[in-house]
Amino acid sequence: MKTNSQVDSGQDAAQPVIEARGLNLVFGTGETSVQALKDINLTIDRGDFVSFIGPSGCGKTTFLRCIAALETPTGGRLTVNGMTPEEARKQRAYGYVFQAAGLYPWRTISKNIKLPLEIMGYSKAEQNKRVAEVLELVELSGFGGKFPWQLSGGMQQRASIARALAFDADLLLMDEPFGALDEIVRDHLNEQLLKLWARTNKTIGFVTHSIPEAVYLSTKIVVMSPRPGRIHEVIDSPLPKDRPLDIRDTPAFIEIAHRVREGLRAGHGHD
Amino acid sequence: MKTVFSVLTVVAGIVGIWYLACVPMNIKGVLDQAQRAGEEVVPDTANARRDAGAFDLVAKNTFAINRVWSVERPRLPAPHQVATELWQTTVMKKVTSKRSLIYHAQVTLSATLLGFALGTGLGILLSIGIVHSRVMDMSVMPWAIVSQTIPIIALAPMIIVVLYSIGVQGLLPKAIIAAYLSFFPVVVGMVKGLRSPDQMQLDLMRTYGASGGQLFWKLRLPSSMPYLFASLKIGIAASLVGAIVGELPTGAVAGLGARLLAGSYYGQTVQIWSALFAAAILAGLLVALLGVIERSLLGRMGVKP
Repeated sequence: MKTNSQVDSGQDAAQPVIEARGLNLVFGTGETSVQALKDINLTIDRGDFVSFIGPSGCGKTTFLRCIAALETPTGGRLTVNGMTPEEARKQRAYGYVFQAAGLYPWRTISKNIKLPLEIMGYSKAEQNKRVAEVLELVELSGFGGKFPWQLSGGMQQRASIARALAFDADLLLMDEPFGALDEIVRDHLNEQLLKLWARTNKTIGFVTHSIPEAVYLSTKIVVMSPRPGRIHEVIDSPLPKDRPLDIRDTPAFIEIAHRVREGLRAGHGHD
Repeated sequence: MKTVFSVLTVVAGIVGIWYLACVPMNIKGVLDQAQRAGEEVVPDTANARRDAGAFDLVAKNTFAINRVWSVERPRLPAPHQVATELWQTTVMKKVTSKRSLIYHAQVTLSATLLGFALGTGLGILLSIGIVHSRVMDMSVMPWAIVSQTIPIIALAPMIIVVLYSIGVQGLLPKAIIAAYLSFFPVVVGMVKGLRSPDQMQLDLMRTYGASGGQLFWKLRLPSSMPYLFASLKIGIAASLVGAIVGELPTGAVAGLGARLLAGSYYGQTVQIWSALFAAAILAGLLVALLGVIERSLLGRMGVKP
């Protein structure tokens, strides 16, 4: 089942990166309250690439935000590397990539990537070294001195991924990072992301509402359904780790995509 | 080129209207003078002329029209009279002369700049407090707004009297009045600017575990810069108004405000108008200077040219 546990190299490989047990989150109180997450049970192992897919309001982003300690669950248990999300954040357990690149317009690409490093108190030399490394990783070497507006949308998003990679987080949380980009750029970035994942051996949590994207990228696809947000089905992908773009035309790929679509339809109910 | 032409057209239009307005405004004075000089004027008594309409007088005394632009103490001076006065009292006078507008402008300018610095400093401090403390948001903001509803012309004499009684006089009282007018736009603009980062930018800083200070220096303050400059431009103009108003109640002997006051005591309309223009030109220069600083700073901050 845990397709990628064999590539683990961490010290406590047996410990899941994320473990949610009976997780609930209710926004507001009384009659206006909304149950955003209901009874979420999920385990994400080291090296997994997990996609969260579902219609709007299914809680996929909310769950990711819970992992990042940007939301506080109202019930159940959630651990990140065996710690509470708050503690995990203090340990710099994760990098977060938002839907928009969110680069600071008044900082160059290099300076944007340095932002978390400055906050976390890395030395100047260390900052420069890391910036060069991650720029190379997202194929933006040579663009460090540019300001964000001088880059295309896809390049900006790559820069924001570099920013999330700059410090040593083993977990990368991505909230529809390519949602605002056109299909061709998106394909290219998906391919790059897989390469990056293979090179860095990080654990990735990825929110999307594109079925092909989820199937192409993931080792594990979490299909969610709305009102209240809950997990409908968890599909483990049998696809090999090495995935050229044309894997999307193979019967195996189409079969999983079909299962995801069926899952989405069944979970969607009648609204 | 096209822009220059459009601007010149508008200026020419305004000057044209101004020259035309001089005719009805100044006709009575011209006719009174003409009668004293023994010329035929219709109607021929000052009382009758007082009751007659200005346009009626113009129509009946067309010979006098070309004199309305060169009256010594006109109700409305003609543009070239103001321009000549400005030239005479700036370029043609020594800067140290009490009759030099440059000298008076520099007196007002020093109060303006000191007041602007005080007001901007106070405004920025208040805005930081307001953004970071809900209590300050609810307590300071309403008072800041109320403070601006009190006419400065009523408040200025009181400030000067109170400060004089505790031994403060000269530059500082004027600067305080200038600061009183200029802190408000800075507070409003900076509160808006410091709150301008969106939820995503704030969340990003949270994921890094940034401290309050880091959040302020690395996100809130840089985000607020465009707002700050918009406020500073309003603030410096308000500051100049404050400094001029501050010069009025003291019966000050120096400054553009004193020049205005002296002009109105002696009916020297040309002097009043040229002092007004000097103030306007000074404000224009100050705002333009801020614009240059803004462009260079925001340019260094990577704002798209």
